[in-house]
Amino acid sequence: MTNEEKIKKELLERFGFSTEQIRVARERRVFLEVPHEQFRRVFEHAVNGMDFQHLCTITGLDDGDTLAFVYHLARLDGAVLSLKTRVPKASPVLRTISDLFPGGMIYERELADLLGARVEGLPEGNRYPLPEGWPDGQHPLRKDWKAEMLDGVYPKEEVKSHG
Amino acid sequence: MANFKIPIGPQHPALKEPESFTITLNGETIIEMDMRLGYNHRGIEKACEERSYIQAMYLVERVCGICSHSHSTCFIQAVEEIAGLAIPARAQYIRTIIAELERIHSHLLWLGVAGHEIGFDTLLMYSWRDREVVMDTLAALTGNRVNYGINTIGGVRRDISKEHLAGLLKTMDILEERTKYYIEVASEEITLIQRLSGVGFISHEDTVMLGAVGPTARASGVDRDIRRDDPYLAYKDIEFQVITDTHNDVYGRTLVRVGELMQCYSMIRQLVAKIPEGPVTVKAPRKIPAGEAFSRYEAPRGEDVHYVKANGTDKAERVKIRAPTLANLQSVARMMENNRLADVPIIIAAIDPCFSCTDRMIRINDTAGRRKETISWQALRTHSLEWYRKQGVDFKDLNAKMRQRMKA
Repeated sequence: MTNEEKIKKELLERFGFSTEQIRVARERRVFLEVPHEQFRRVFEHAVNGMDFQHLCTITGLDDGDTLAFVYHLARLDGAVLSLKTRVPKASPVLRTISDLFPGGMIYERELADLLGARVEGLPEGNRYPLPEGWPDGQHPLRKDWKAEMLDGVYPKEEVKSHG
Repeated sequence: MANFKIPIGPQHPALKEPESFTITLNGETIIEMDMRLGYNHRGIEKACEERSYIQAMYLVERVCGICSHSHSTCFIQAVEEIAGLAIPARAQYIRTIIAELERIHSHLLWLGVAGHEIGFDTLLMYSWRDREVVMDTLAALTGNRVNYGINTIGGVRRDISKEHLAGLLKTMDILEERTKYYIEVASEEITLIQRLSGVGFISHEDTVMLGAVGPTARASGVDRDIRRDDPYLAYKDIEFQVITDTHNDVYGRTLVRVGELMQCYSMIRQLVAKIPEGPVTVKAPRKIPAGEAFSRYEAPRGEDVHYVKANGTDKAERVKIRAPTLANLQSVARMMENNRLADVPIIIAAIDPCFSCTDRMIRINDTAGRRKETISWQALRTHSLEWYRKQGVDFKDLNAKMRQRMKA
């Protein structure tokens, strides 16, 4: 059995996923979509029980009514498990993973700024990557966001002359 | 003594890119460091959603001036995977040769910067002179010193001739000789060793925990390299060693990079010896079928990752890029602790950061400090054209002449 098949089998057996939820895209690439209620349990098991101890990054996607988040986890044999979960766009609340990956804080801050995710448990710190004074509620990676939405709102006049 | 907070940047004293650090000091000793990133965020991911795949490829090549090939290759690997394109072997070899030349160029550049940051400017002059050799080679093979534009979806845009391959071997000989000298300097020059040893220390455990990548991680004994662990391009076909070190400091990061240079020369020799004959491109569809792919690439600074989601049109639904520096910056705060203020530039430089450089405005302070104003790009451009016109150079005229010549 290949490594990818082993990963698939373990996840299927342990969490009772259907085979449609797991996709082996190619050698060393496994994609899995998990309901948000189950996400933390699966994530923890992948990290602590399956040796996926490197978080490559987190991708945020605007999928219409939902926001999807893909956590790309890698391990030393080169396998990458991309764990996807969804939250409603109306209340995009995630729980932080920075307790497991302190280096992942910056990726979560990016999700907050660019997609408007609310990350519970994320320690306070500087925002990333948008500048101070950026208007609330404007998240550039949302599909409905256009640069024109900044007209007259940002940068403010005083920023222009004294910035 | 009370703690002091010193702001450094965003106009950076050591680097040519904006980045803001707030350093808390007790005397000369650093207690902690806070950073503010994002000054260079140019919205490239969003811009990719509004461009065709081929346009997006040229755009991501400009994410970084030095790792340009890294980003464009990492991106099109994902696109090609979704499209189910099998790239000709010769194209894979050419991409790999350019990738390793890029690493040589980047590491030699780093060596010079590191020398400069510790007041060893002779090393800067030497290594940047040698870097010219590799940049000229890149220009001969691709037409450009940076932003090579060699990639296209489905392969590469230029073949490498037999003469160029033979020339490449000669270049490797020259650079290997020079690098041996740098290794000698790094292992015997007492000032260099003492200046770098123990500076910017980070333990193996912290490096893993904070998710550092590339030479920064390998210098703390983290044996990870995407080229070996998650092979792509032609790396499966060649032999190489992953260089690691256990000094866990700036000195270790230096040893890893010069060690990697030696590996690059050996890899390029193997690639030249093994490069198969054949076409260098396959026809790629304009529209990419719906799907997603996650691509990894060992850039000179470490693991670069791109995620691409396609929706069946000629434009990507989503492109996500995580460059190695973002992963490495998390560990810089730890490296700073208990070091001296004077070590800040070399510690930051030692992760070989790359914030890329595009600014949106220029602020002018006149020398008497009376006048402060912000000037827009448009105004700056007009000012500059006007300035040149007064010197007798009219760009409007030049453009017209060039158009005329192109017609003829």
